[in-house]
Amino acid sequence: MAEVLDVAVRLIVIVVAFLLLPLIVGQMEHKAMAHMQSRLGPMYAGGFHGWAQLIADGVKFAQKEDVIPAAADRRVFAIAPAVALVPYLVVLVVIPVGPGLVGADVDAGLFFVLAVMGVGVLGAIMAGWASANKYSVLGGMRAAAQLMSYELPLVLAASSVAMAAGTLSLEGIAEQWRWWWLPWQAIGAVVFFVAGLAELRRPPFDMPIADSEIIMGTMTEYTGIRFALFMLAEYAGIVVLSALTAVLFLGGWQGPLLPGPVWTLIKVFVLAFVVIWVRVSFPRLREDQLQKLAWIGLVPLALLQLALTGVVKVLMA
Amino acid sequence: MTSETPGFWPPSGPEVVFLLLGVVALGSALLVVTTRQLVHAALWLVLCFGALAGCYLVLTAEFVAWVQVLIYVGAVVVLLLFGIMLTRAPIGRSADLDSGNRWAAVLVALATAGVLLSVVVAGFGAAYAPLDPGQGAAKPLGSSIFRTWVLPFEALSVLLLAALIGAIVISRTDIRGRE
Repeated sequence: MAEVLDVAVRLIVIVVAFLLLPLIVGQMEHKAMAHMQSRLGPMYAGGFHGWAQLIADGVKFAQKEDVIPAAADRRVFAIAPAVALVPYLVVLVVIPVGPGLVGADVDAGLFFVLAVMGVGVLGAIMAGWASANKYSVLGGMRAAAQLMSYELPLVLAASSVAMAAGTLSLEGIAEQWRWWWLPWQAIGAVVFFVAGLAELRRPPFDMPIADSEIIMGTMTEYTGIRFALFMLAEYAGIVVLSALTAVLFLGGWQGPLLPGPVWTLIKVFVLAFVVIWVRVSFPRLREDQLQKLAWIGLVPLALLQLALTGVVKVLMA
Repeated sequence: MTSETPGFWPPSGPEVVFLLLGVVALGSALLVVTTRQLVHAALWLVLCFGALAGCYLVLTAEFVAWVQVLIYVGAVVVLLLFGIMLTRAPIGRSADLDSGNRWAAVLVALATAGVLLSVVVAGFGAAYAPLDPGQGAAKPLGSSIFRTWVLPFEALSVLLLAALIGAIVISRTDIRGRE
C-alpha cells in the first residue's frame, strides 16, 4: 500500500508541475519580453499585473471552434498535438529535483530523456504534413531538417557529461557534480543548451514556425484547444530543457544554504529566463545559417568537449 | 545462463506483455507495407519501432531499448519523413504504391522469417534465461562490449567510417572519379 501511495504522490506532483511550470514560464515570457521592449505586457486579467492572463487565454482557447481543414488527414492532424506534448510529460518523470526526489530513477536516464525528446519533434512533422497546407509542409520539413542536425551535438554534449560522471543516471550525474565542472564542461553546456533550443524550435531557431514568412508553419491550420496544446508543448519544452541543463551542467540541487529542490527551481527559472532573453535579443537564423551553425559550429565543439573530458578523466585516474 | 525451464503455461506477466507487444509490432509492420498512404507507412513504422523497444524493455535490455527509440524513431523515421516530404507527400491514397514484385517480396519475407525462426528454435529451443532487472543496463553492456567484444566493435567502427567517407565522397560534386 505504501509503495502504491508513494508512486501515486510522485505522479500527481509531476502532473501538477507539468501543468503549472509551463504556465509560469509563459507568464514570465509575457512580462519579461514586454519590459525588455518597454511595454507593460498583460496588466488586467486577474488584477495584480495580469497574473491570470494565461488562464484567461486557456479558457478562450477551449471555447474556440476546433477547425480541421477539409483536405487534411484528419486522424494524423488530430493526434499530432498529443505526440508533441506527451513526450515532455514523460521526460519530467525522470528529472530529479533533489536527492531521491524523482518520479523514477532510470538507469540510462540520460538516453531515455534524449530519446523521448526526439519523439516530440515527430508531432511537429505530423502536424506540418497533415494540415494539407504548403506553408505547413515547409514548416514540417524545416522541423525535420533541424532535428536531424541538432540531435547530434545534443547527444554528444550530453555524453560528455555522462563520461565525466561515469554514469547515465540523471540523479547520479547531479550527485557527482563539483563546482570545477563549470569551466571543465562549459563548452558542452553551451552546445547542449543551444542545440536544445534548436530542438525546441525556439527563436532564434524558429525557422519551422517563422510567423513572418511561413505564417506559423506547422501550426498554421491549428485553432482552439489543439493550438493551445502546441503552445503548452513549447513551454513544457522550455521547462524540460532548462531542468536538463540544470541537472547535467549546473549540479541540479547542489548549492549553499537553501534546500536542494529550491536550488533546482532557481536554476531552472534562471535558464528559462535566458531562453526568453535570447528570444528577445536575436533575430531568426536563415535555414542555411542554421545548418551551418550545427555542422560547422556545434558538432566540432561538442567533439572537442568530448576529447577534453576524456583527457582530463584519464589524467585524473 | 541456462537454468531450469519453467513451462509455457500459465504464462507469466512479462510473457503476456511481450506477446502483446509482439502482436503490435507485427501488425504495424504489416500495415507499413500494406497501407496505401505513403506518410502513414512511415508513421506505422514509428509504432513498430516503439513496440520493438517495448519488447527490449520487457527483456530487461533497457539501454538497447532507449537507443532503439533514439536512433530509429528519433533519427531514421525523421529522415524518412524528410525524404518523403522533400519529394512528394500526398495526403490520401496513392494508386501507384504497389510494386510488381510484391509476390516475390512476400515469398522472400516468408522465407527469411522461416529461416530465422527455425535457426532460433533449433539453437535456443529449450534455453531459458532468467530476466533479472539490471543485466541490460549500460554498465554491464559497456563492459561486455569493451572487454569481450572489442574486436568486432572495432571492425564495425571501421566499416561505419568507410561508409561515412563514402557518403561524403558521393555527395560532394567537386570530387570526381578517375576518367
